[in-house]
Amino acid sequence: MKLLELRDLAASVDEKQILNGIDLTVNAGEVHAIMGPNGSGKSTLSNVLAGRDGYTVTNGEMELIGTPVNGMSVEDRALAGLFLGFQHPIEIPGVTNMEFLKVAIDSHLIASGEEEMNTRDFMVQVRDISKRLELSTEFLKRFVNVGFSGGEKKRNEILQLMLLQPRLAFLDETDSGLDVDALQVVARGINEFRSDENGVVLVTHYQRLLNYVNVDFVHIMVNGAIVKTGDAQLAHEVEAQGYAGLGEA
Amino acid sequence: MVVAQAGGTFTKIPIPSRQHFMSDQSPSAAHDFIGKEYAAGFVTDIEQETIPPGLDETVITEISKRKNEPSWLLEWRLNAYRRWLEMAEPTWAKVDFESVDYQAISYFSAPSGDKPKSLDEVDPELLRTYEKLGIPLHERELLAGVERDPDAPRIAVDAVFDSVSLVTTFQEELREHGVIFCSFSEAVENHPDLVRKYLGTVVPQSDNFFAALNSAVFSDGSFVYIPKGVRCPMELSTIFRINAQFTGQFERTLIIADEGSYVSYLEGCTAPMRDENQLHAAVVELVALEDASIKYSTVQNWYPGDEDGKGGIYNFVTKRGVCRGNRSHISWTQVETGSAITWKYPSVILRGDNSVGEFYSVAITNNRQQADTGSKMTHIGRNTSSTIISKGISAGKSSNAYRGRVRMNPGATQARNFTQCDSLLIGGQCAAHTFPTIESQRDDAIVEHEATTSKVSEDQLFLCRQRGIDAEKAVAMIVNGFCKEVLRELPMEFAVEASKLLEVSLEGAVG
Repeated sequence: MKLLELRDLAASVDEKQILNGIDLTVNAGEVHAIMGPNGSGKSTLSNVLAGRDGYTVTNGEMELIGTPVNGMSVEDRALAGLFLGFQHPIEIPGVTNMEFLKVAIDSHLIASGEEEMNTRDFMVQVRDISKRLELSTEFLKRFVNVGFSGGEKKRNEILQLMLLQPRLAFLDETDSGLDVDALQVVARGINEFRSDENGVVLVTHYQRLLNYVNVDFVHIMVNGAIVKTGDAQLAHEVEAQGYAGLGEA
Repeated sequence: MVVAQAGGTFTKIPIPSRQHFMSDQSPSAAHDFIGKEYAAGFVTDIEQETIPPGLDETVITEISKRKNEPSWLLEWRLNAYRRWLEMAEPTWAKVDFESVDYQAISYFSAPSGDKPKSLDEVDPELLRTYEKLGIPLHERELLAGVERDPDAPRIAVDAVFDSVSLVTTFQEELREHGVIFCSFSEAVENHPDLVRKYLGTVVPQSDNFFAALNSAVFSDGSFVYIPKGVRCPMELSTIFRINAQFTGQFERTLIIADEGSYVSYLEGCTAPMRDENQLHAAVVELVALEDASIKYSTVQNWYPGDEDGKGGIYNFVTKRGVCRGNRSHISWTQVETGSAITWKYPSVILRGDNSVGEFYSVAITNNRQQADTGSKMTHIGRNTSSTIISKGISAGKSSNAYRGRVRMNPGATQARNFTQCDSLLIGGQCAAHTFPTIESQRDDAIVEHEATTSKVSEDQLFLCRQRGIDAEKAVAMIVNGFCKEVLRELPMEFAVEASKLLEVSLEGAVG
């Protein structure tokens, strides 16, 4: 089943063309990695996909689980099954992580015609996921991302991923700024999440996350276009030769 | 944080903070503001007796006559009126409005007929009004005569409709504890000595323009007396409703907590949507004697006007409490969501040694609303302490100002104050201001002032929306988080209502 299909997608930010015709298909059960140098348009792609204000699709098509997403609001895309892992998770003072997670999961449940999650079930589930991500329960009482270390912020993203169980996870540089231990915890979370039902796209600078997560496809993005696609081996080539050697391929 | 320790001469310390802070959010991120839903904006269609617009001594005499008042009170009113004539509308507040035409207002309006003696006699149309208001459920159920959960906390209600009190519930049961809870008019009739002893002792007639006007023309309000050593067995509350057109509401509330007593009181206010501005000029006086404690909460939801600033209530209110006895305690909590203009500074005079004053405030402005609100803490007694926590939320094209004065008099040894002023901006066209003043004549005083300004950012909204939470819900969640410290000071039964009200007030604040 196709979870994501981009056909010749072009997009601009502030009237500046960033994406120049991207073709990408992600099927259920697949894990893709998109690699590329700074400024290649990786973060723009995730924002365009999520429907963020200020990002304009200038050409091409974008389908999420068989439905064209153009014109859909940010929240509707999220409720349809798209999850964006943020490179720099933003702080929300005054709102505890627990409240935030509860409102998020309830929004998903209500959108799919179900009832809000019973508080006790919610607590059990959130505590279980936190434990697997080596996060203390104290962490749930803190305000969203306020005073979190870089590693905690990223693990918090994975916590949201595991709780919300989206169909397609688009994780933007989830590995950046992590030490080896934190990287392994995050990778474990992604591995636990992946299934035959969902798809994962890892957007990354480096190959190191791929040491812990097996990917089916690696795409190299340069100047707003995918210039090369291969298997995990391609990531090693990039690591050895740099993007410059692949750019004009 | 600023810790000011000033001594010797009277020193004014202006706090370098963020006066005239304008949100700098880019126009592209600015939101469209659509008219918000004001659920209480309906009109009750009943027959009312209204004194024709205009104000002179004849009108005041007429009001007094209709209320069967003793001659001393009429004299008191006329005295206030004469003082008012010599005063001018204050202009120092950060609010902008055309001067009120005091001759165009009607100063008394009441449903026709005699005051009902019990709920059964209340006009069903009026009962429906309170049902429809959706103000705290227990009260609504109570007024509608519906069976209620026997374990739920009980709340006695005084329902004030335009210029008169319709009914006061639980009076009998309260009387068994010696508690007097009635309309102001009843108090004048049945407890004239208490009224005469305390009326105007906290807010003098000539305190300010609006207090003088209120003293001249006040109609109904609530009166509370808690006897020595009594802990009031239930929450007391007054629900104010303005209904009539071209009419002002001038209520007067007086609460006296005798030695060692405790009372928690809440007021709620709503009005219909009308194109004209309506004046509400109330005076509230609190007196706490030795070891007494008064907790006064307000959920103010007067009609705020439409999105272009047409209509809405001018809420010019003087609220002050005096901690007269040693170890007495007065705590103000307010959630201000309504009114076109809010001008009020619930204050505490800390006269008794070891007395405590508190002010917790959430003021939210949307569309064209203007709020200038804060508190005055005047430390006179020894070892007195006060706390001010103010949360201002501005959205739309509104303006929200905190104005405060903390004063340590020469005798106020070891006085302490902590002030925290936080502003939250939503969108790019609103404004937040702070005007704090500290005046200290003590070099052992400890005064702390903290202030922050923050914004509901596009990034925060994007994060929430990407997690499936719609923008309005996200804003409500963020605003509720911002106000948590204040909301938790409200009596439990009202905290949920207040938090819902915040949500409604911000409807349309994000595009």
